[in-house]
Amino acid sequence: MESNRILIIEPPKRLLSINLQELWQYRDLFITLAWRDISVRYKQTALGVLWAVFQPFVTMIVFTFIFNRMAKIESGDGTPYPVFLYVGLLFWQYYSNTLTNASGSMVANAGMIQKIYFPRLIIPATSATTGLVDFAISSVILIGMMFYYRFMPNMIGIIILPLLILCTMMTAMGAGMFLAAINVKYRDVRYALPFFIQIMMYVTPVIYPVNMLNNYPVIKVLMLWLNPISGIITNARAGFLGQGAVNWEILGISMLMSMVFFMGGLFYFRNTERYFADIV
Amino acid sequence: MSHSIIEVENISKRYQIGANKEKYLSIRDEMVKSVRRVTSGVAGMFSQNQQEASDNEQDFWALKDVSFTVQQGEAVGIIGRNGAGKSTLLKILSQITPPTTGKITCRGRIASLLEVGTGFHPELTGRENIYLNGTILGMSRSEVARKFDEIVAFAEVEKFLDTPVKRYSSGMYVRLAFAVAAHLEPEILIVDEVLAVGDVRFQIKCIGKMGEVSQSGRTVLFVSHNMGTVLQLCKRGLVLCDGMVTFNGAAEDAIAHYMEQPFSSYGTVLIDSLRREDEKKPQIARFVSVSLLNAKGSIADTFHIGELMTVKFDIFFEVPVDAIMLSFIVRSAAGINIYHCVSRDTEFLATDVHGSVSITATFPNVDLYPGSYVIDDVWLATAGGEQLDIAKDVLGFHIAEGGSAIIRRLAREKALVHEVPTWYMV
Repeated sequence: MESNRILIIEPPKRLLSINLQELWQYRDLFITLAWRDISVRYKQTALGVLWAVFQPFVTMIVFTFIFNRMAKIESGDGTPYPVFLYVGLLFWQYYSNTLTNASGSMVANAGMIQKIYFPRLIIPATSATTGLVDFAISSVILIGMMFYYRFMPNMIGIIILPLLILCTMMTAMGAGMFLAAINVKYRDVRYALPFFIQIMMYVTPVIYPVNMLNNYPVIKVLMLWLNPISGIITNARAGFLGQGAVNWEILGISMLMSMVFFMGGLFYFRNTERYFADIV
Repeated sequence: MSHSIIEVENISKRYQIGANKEKYLSIRDEMVKSVRRVTSGVAGMFSQNQQEASDNEQDFWALKDVSFTVQQGEAVGIIGRNGAGKSTLLKILSQITPPTTGKITCRGRIASLLEVGTGFHPELTGRENIYLNGTILGMSRSEVARKFDEIVAFAEVEKFLDTPVKRYSSGMYVRLAFAVAAHLEPEILIVDEVLAVGDVRFQIKCIGKMGEVSQSGRTVLFVSHNMGTVLQLCKRGLVLCDGMVTFNGAAEDAIAHYMEQPFSSYGTVLIDSLRREDEKKPQIARFVSVSLLNAKGSIADTFHIGELMTVKFDIFFEVPVDAIMLSFIVRSAAGINIYHCVSRDTEFLATDVHGSVSITATFPNVDLYPGSYVIDDVWLATAGGEQLDIAKDVLGFHIAEGGSAIIRRLAREKALVHEVPTWYMV
């Protein structure tokens, strides 16, 4: 009956470390919550999971028409614009969905936070995981398009894919955890974020190649450093569509910066999470 | 030999009332505040004491220096009025919110049950919600799988396992939620007043289950307003009052102590002050205040036998309501319900009510024995029986000895009601 586990509850100290052992104990909760979010996502919708395909597909068609046909933006290296765009959209949508869901996640689960203890980190982590399912489903269209345009992905592209996804996830989670913690106290996030994401898409090379910025070196450098998604999308295109080799320098910057985003968000989240129940 | 499984040492918890009350802060508000802080800081440079005083006004100590220990296998009831700090104490013990000062040492796995059905998702089926809720409460998936049949049998929802819980009746929903919680097997179980759910038959079943839990050697901390349940389940009682432990001892004595506590409000109470922080305010109509009036029409909390006593309910209706009914209970200090007064028993009917409305219930000759009494379960509903608002443990009052209607001394405890039959010799 007697357990060796001793729990001490004390006023929080500054600078909390991450209790990996505790996170591991709660792995079942993480799995269940991720599964809940996935299975609830398309309940009581007629099209169901098709929405995950429909959204990026329609966006691609409309954007191709506007930015390629009308505004004459090209992929820059001869890749057909729709495929070029779709790779960008795929990563961008995973990023923006994860960021949005993670930011709102603490408030959305306020009921649980106020009634039950568990490592709060599980909630934003769940958002990042469920986004992966949509990512996988919408990738089906990319595969179809690659067949249509007869592209063979590089071996290198397939090898770096998990790394690219991981970097996207870490950037989105880092920013998401930071905003989730702020959102608990200031609901401004709810209004600021959709606007911010809209603007951010134009400051990320989703609809244009990063090389279009060659005449603006300062902007290009800032973009690659401050917005890790830029480098991720650029390299995803290089790896998948095989036009232009993977740029290891840019990849390195993205990896480093996504790590910085992640650690920064985690740090802020950990240091505010104990008061979430009081102020949410 | 038993030894302490929970040691609570000097726990205090401070809330900033400002931050707590304004649910939705915006950054702009905070900027305005910090500008104000800077300007008043500059102005207050020479009078620092004043500045500190105004800071302290915003603080509210929900718990002050609470210390106690719980032995292995003990069932302890925590009682106290609304706002006494019970919920805060449970939240700290369940690690939902940190204490401001102090230290708690627990030796064992804690599961807390502050609400039934935490994390239930309406779109998911009963089966899915059992897994979901089980893991949220701290069980592993395999543990839930092992107890699945037992949970389903306890909840009596076999037929509806694959129906989304949003289609459940509220009774089924609550039964399922409690069933999951009841099958937790922690070393320490912390339970808030969640038993006041479901129909009477299921409540009895729940209390039986709780009894089993405490008899199986596990430690239970139980918060309730229902003294009967506390007596039934707990050997020891802890009375909280204004954030402090005012009594710690046998459950019977704790209840007696709790009942003797004077209400902090004399003869009138604002109902909002009784509502729990996390409680939603009723939408259609709500009690604003309840007061006791004497024959002169002034607020009083002490009456004599034979005097007139009026209970006045101030109610606010957000939207017009056709017809309403009210009821309340008068309970003795020992926890016995003496009157259950229901407006429908009379010809009284308040119709077409909107905005501020006051309703009174008058006892022309109070016939209660000297002692302390409580107005409890003040209930407001539409004439059709749909509940609009309810308030518990609303107001205390005293019947003093003596009075013009009485010539002899009435001993407390001798009886509850002073009834005067007509005497004859035939």
